[in-house]
Order: sequence, then structure tokens, then C-alpha cells
Amino acid sequence: MTILEALRLAMGGVVANRLRSGLTMLGILIGVAAVILLVGVGNGASAAVQQQIEALGSNLLIIFPANAKSGGIQQGFGTASTLTMDDVRALADRQAAPDVAAAIPSASGRLQVTFGNQNWNTSLTGTTQDFPSVRNYQVASGQFFTGADVGAASKVAVIGQTVVDSLFNGADPIGQVIKLNRQSFRVIGVFASKGGSGFNNQDDVVVTPITTAWNYLLGGRGRNVQQIYVAARSAQSTQVASDEVTQILLDRHHISDPAQADFQILSQQDILSSASQTTGILTLMLGAIAGISLVVGGIGIMNIMLVTVTERTREIGIRKAIGARRRDILTQFLIESMFLAGVGGALGILVGILAGRGLPALVSALPAPLISLPSVLMAFGISVGIGLFFGIYPANRAARLHPIEALRYE
Amino acid sequence: MIRLERLTKLYHMGDLEVPALRGIDLEVGDGEFIAIMGPSGSGKSTLMNLIGCLDQPTAGRYILDDVDVSGLTEDELAWIRNRKIGFVFQSFNLIPRATALHNVEMPLIYAGENQKRRDKALAALASVGLQERAQHMPSELSGGQQQRVAIARALVTDPSILLADEPTGNLDSESSLEIMRLLAELNQQGRTIVLITHEPDIARFAHRIVRLRDGLVVSDQPQAIAAGATETAP
Repeated sequence: MTILEALRLAMGGVVANRLRSGLTMLGILIGVAAVILLVGVGNGASAAVQQQIEALGSNLLIIFPANAKSGGIQQGFGTASTLTMDDVRALADRQAAPDVAAAIPSASGRLQVTFGNQNWNTSLTGTTQDFPSVRNYQVASGQFFTGADVGAASKVAVIGQTVVDSLFNGADPIGQVIKLNRQSFRVIGVFASKGGSGFNNQDDVVVTPITTAWNYLLGGRGRNVQQIYVAARSAQSTQVASDEVTQILLDRHHISDPAQADFQILSQQDILSSASQTTGILTLMLGAIAGISLVVGGIGIMNIMLVTVTERTREIGIRKAIGARRRDILTQFLIESMFLAGVGGALGILVGILAGRGLPALVSALPAPLISLPSVLMAFGISVGIGLFFGIYPANRAARLHPIEALRYE
Repeated sequence: MIRLERLTKLYHMGDLEVPALRGIDLEVGDGEFIAIMGPSGSGKSTLMNLIGCLDQPTAGRYILDDVDVSGLTEDELAWIRNRKIGFVFQSFNLIPRATALHNVEMPLIYAGENQKRRDKALAALASVGLQERAQHMPSELSGGQQQRVAIARALVTDPSILLADEPTGNLDSESSLEIMRLLAELNQQGRTIVLITHEPDIARFAHRIVRLRDGLVVSDQPQAIAAGATETAP
């Protein structure tokens, strides 16, 4: 018996019970659509996170202080205050660090910002004039503060789009005076939106000169640099730049053993890979949950195939009487279950893709699902495989029927 | 050529052993038309299943065309059923959701015949006079027509033996006559026919009548004698 013949037979069986076959296919359809959609959502989230990390800056290295030790007990990550403004200046030295394009300090905190009768809780970053280039911020209107502002600790601020939207209600913020911790600051610039949402909203910022932040806003913490952001000259030179930074800081802090360093360097690449590991697990989990429904669909196929075999016992007897071998009967029912699962799977892929298109319109908070060809092919392969797996038992039962008993079956 | 030697079949019903055949010796030559008769419970259906290679004997030998088939595997028996034996059943046993043509093609599918399958099936249908009904479903055919489709299916692999188990049991007398004439005609073309029946009118078409009772052959006579006898149906 050829495969084509077996397929024709299987199709005949499927068409003979349209409703039943349709419902069975629906089980697989829902399973496959769920897998496609949820894996797509996972991949979409992964891409969104990646995009946000890339938006942090280009070829970025982030230097954190080491963990503080208090009486021999390790404190949390980045709790020591070992970085200073002098470190930042040293890193900006072209001779010592030729692969560093720019280095900026960052001292940050959360504070309340008010304008008129509006107020908003946002994050403050105190930094220097190179902040826009290192952190990839564009100034949409007005301008960023200058080195002179940093030197003079001017009470000026550049604000992100979220802060503008929250406070100004359509008015032009440039030149307006806002209150940060009840002190007056002049808005001199507004950043162009970078996107991102939730915890990672990079538009929810107020940026001031670091000297200003120290003097007026981050009181009690001293002239402390929480992080140093370093931009390498190019993507290829990040490793070299990292080595240069390490050497300069070790020298400055009089440490000879790199293992004892009082700072840690995190590259954008490190953050990216740890984030994609996390989102990868998320995708896997979503896929696994959807996979459960696929298994349920497979059990549905097995159930229906068992019914089909019982119903067609007499037909099996006839086929055996006229010369069908066990293998012929086995193939017939296996192909029938694989056909059910395969068609259900193909339709499920279609539904999954369509739902993926429609989802962002329904739930705007979700990142747009990314549906890739390999995941589609895999889903189809798995659905056919499920047809095969759950078809084996019923088909085997059919193949083992004794011809006389099968012929006598009413 | 069929040769049965001390053929025995026991059925197990719980702890009980029920003998269905208790040592049948029988020889059917090529081209014979033989009727096997007997009351229900005489073992004629069991004998039919054994001759048709649908079942294996408990003891004794069955030699079909010089091959001892008593010890063959299930798939080997399937091959013999496909090539050497054509079945005609009382209840036709056509597959309801396949056309007449497809039903007739079916043994060829399992024989691996792909090239001339359709032509052979159409020829078999033509030989029973049903070529116009090739695309009809069994439910669209009369009982006599369905049985003729079944005969075409039995003939399509050109087997040497035709096994007919009460072929007229579900037919009216006119259709019965038609079917029996068709079988007689096939016999004249040289095919061995083994007919199982309990109707004397039907058995009359055979050239030889074997009677069974309680799993044993009680008489084996040529047709001329049987045809003349006035019998009451058992």
C-alpha cells in the first residue's frame, strides 16, 4: 500500500465524520495556536528588553563600586562609595585610556517634582555635560547643560518626556521653573522620547549637573559617585576600553591584585546576555504552559481514534479477510491520526499568526509577538508527532484484531 | 487443490473445551464446485474459516496448493487470502463509505498492484455485469447488486478458490438464482468453488455435497444423487 493510498483512505475516514473530526482537530488547533502565540509573546518581550538595553547607550561600560564590607560582612551590590569625580576625570584622559570616548558620573535618587499644582515622583540623575552622548539621549527642545553649569552647580534641569506630560499639560516647559525637593530649578531642555515602559521607562527622568545634585538634592550622601558610565570608541573596542578602565582605577585606588578591586565593571553585553537568559526562560515557560494544551489535544485524538477503531471493527475484519496485513491496518490508522493532528496543527498555525497580529490592538501593554519561521515549523512538526504518538495505541489495537472476531462484530 | 487431514478445531470457553471440528478429512480438486451442508452447530462455519485461512486449526494439516498452511504466520496467511482465496459473505461485507469500484480495488491495494488497478477492478465489475454502477455507493445498490460487487471483489486478484458462505442468505429468490448462476458460470470457467449453505435449493448448483454433523463429515456425495433427493430443510 502506497502512502498516497493510505492518505486517501485516511481522508475518507476523516470526511466520514466531519463534526467529530473537526472537534478533534480543534483540540490540536488550540494547542498549536497557543504555543505559537505564547512563544511569540515571549520572543516579543525578549526583543523589547533587548531594545531597551541597547537604548541605554552605545558600547557602554558601567562601573559600580564594590560591595561594602561592614565588620567582615558583605553588603549589597554597589554599596561601597569608592568612586569619585577624580576617577571620572582620570578615565577621560585620552593618553591613559585611548579607547574611551567619554566617561560620565552618575549620582541618582528619587524625588518629588512639582510645577504649579501638579506633582510627580521621578528619578533624578546628577551627571556631567557628556551625558547625552554617552547615554544616547537626544535633546528635543532647548539644550543640555554645559561644563560651566557643572562647575557652577547651576540650578538647571533637563527633563524627560514622561515628566513633561505629567506636569505641563501641554504648556512649553522650556524656561519654566519647577520645584525639586521644594527648591526652584529652571528647565533648560527636554529629551526626545526613548520609549520603554514600567520599571524601565527611560523618559521618566530629571537630569541636573552632578554638583547641583550633591549640593541641593542628594543631601547626606556626600560627594559620592554611584556609577560611572563609560562609552567605548566602538563595539570592537569595548573589551580594550574595559581593560584600560580597570588599569586606571586599580592604579588610582592603589590596588595591585585585580581580585581585590573595589569596583566592578559591567558591560552592556553582560546586561544584554543576562537579560536574554531571563527572557529565554520566560519564553520557555510560556511555551511549556501552551504545550500542556497540545498534550490535551493529543489525548483527544487518541480518544477519537479509539472510538473510530471500535466503530470500524467490521471494516478492519473485511480488510484483513481480503489480504490486509497488520502493517497495512496500522499505517491506515496512524496516517488518519497524523492527518487529523497535521491539519489541526496547520490551522492552529494560521490562527496563532492571526491572533499574534491582533493581540497588540487588544492588549497594548504586551509587546508585539514575534512569530518566527522555525517556531512555526516546529509547532507543525510537533503536532504531527503528537498525532503519531497518540495514534500508535489505537492503531496497534486495530492491527491486532483477529479477522474472524472483527468480521463477527456488529 | 485443497487437502484437509484430520483437521481439528477446539474452542475454549472458560475451562470448557468445545470441539467444533473433530477430525475432518477432505480433498477438493481444482475446478470442483462443492457445497458444504449441515445444521447450525455442525462446524461448517469453522470449516469455512479454516479453509479461508482466517483461522488456524488446533490439530491436523491443511495443504493448499502443495503448501502446508497450518503453521504460517498471520501476515503469510493474509498474503494467501489476498492471492489464492476470494470471499463471498452472506452479509456482503462491502465497505459502506467506499464506491463499488473502490471496494473491488481494495484487494489489489493490499496486493501492491498500482498500475492496472483501476482497469482490473473495472474488468471484474464488468464480468458481474455492473460496470455502470462503478461509482455507486453500496447503499445505492440492491442486495443482489451488492453481492455481485462482492463477487467482483473476490475475483479481482484472480484467486483459484472462491469461498461462498451462505451467499444467498440475505437475498430474495430471484436474486439468489442470479447469484448462483453467476457462481456456476465462474465454475465453468475453471474456478474452484466452495459453497457453504443449509438450503438444498442452493446446494443443488454444486457438483458435490459434503454434509457435516457435530464436527465430522457424515456424507460426501456427487451432486446427481443429492439433486434428486427430496429433502426437508434442516
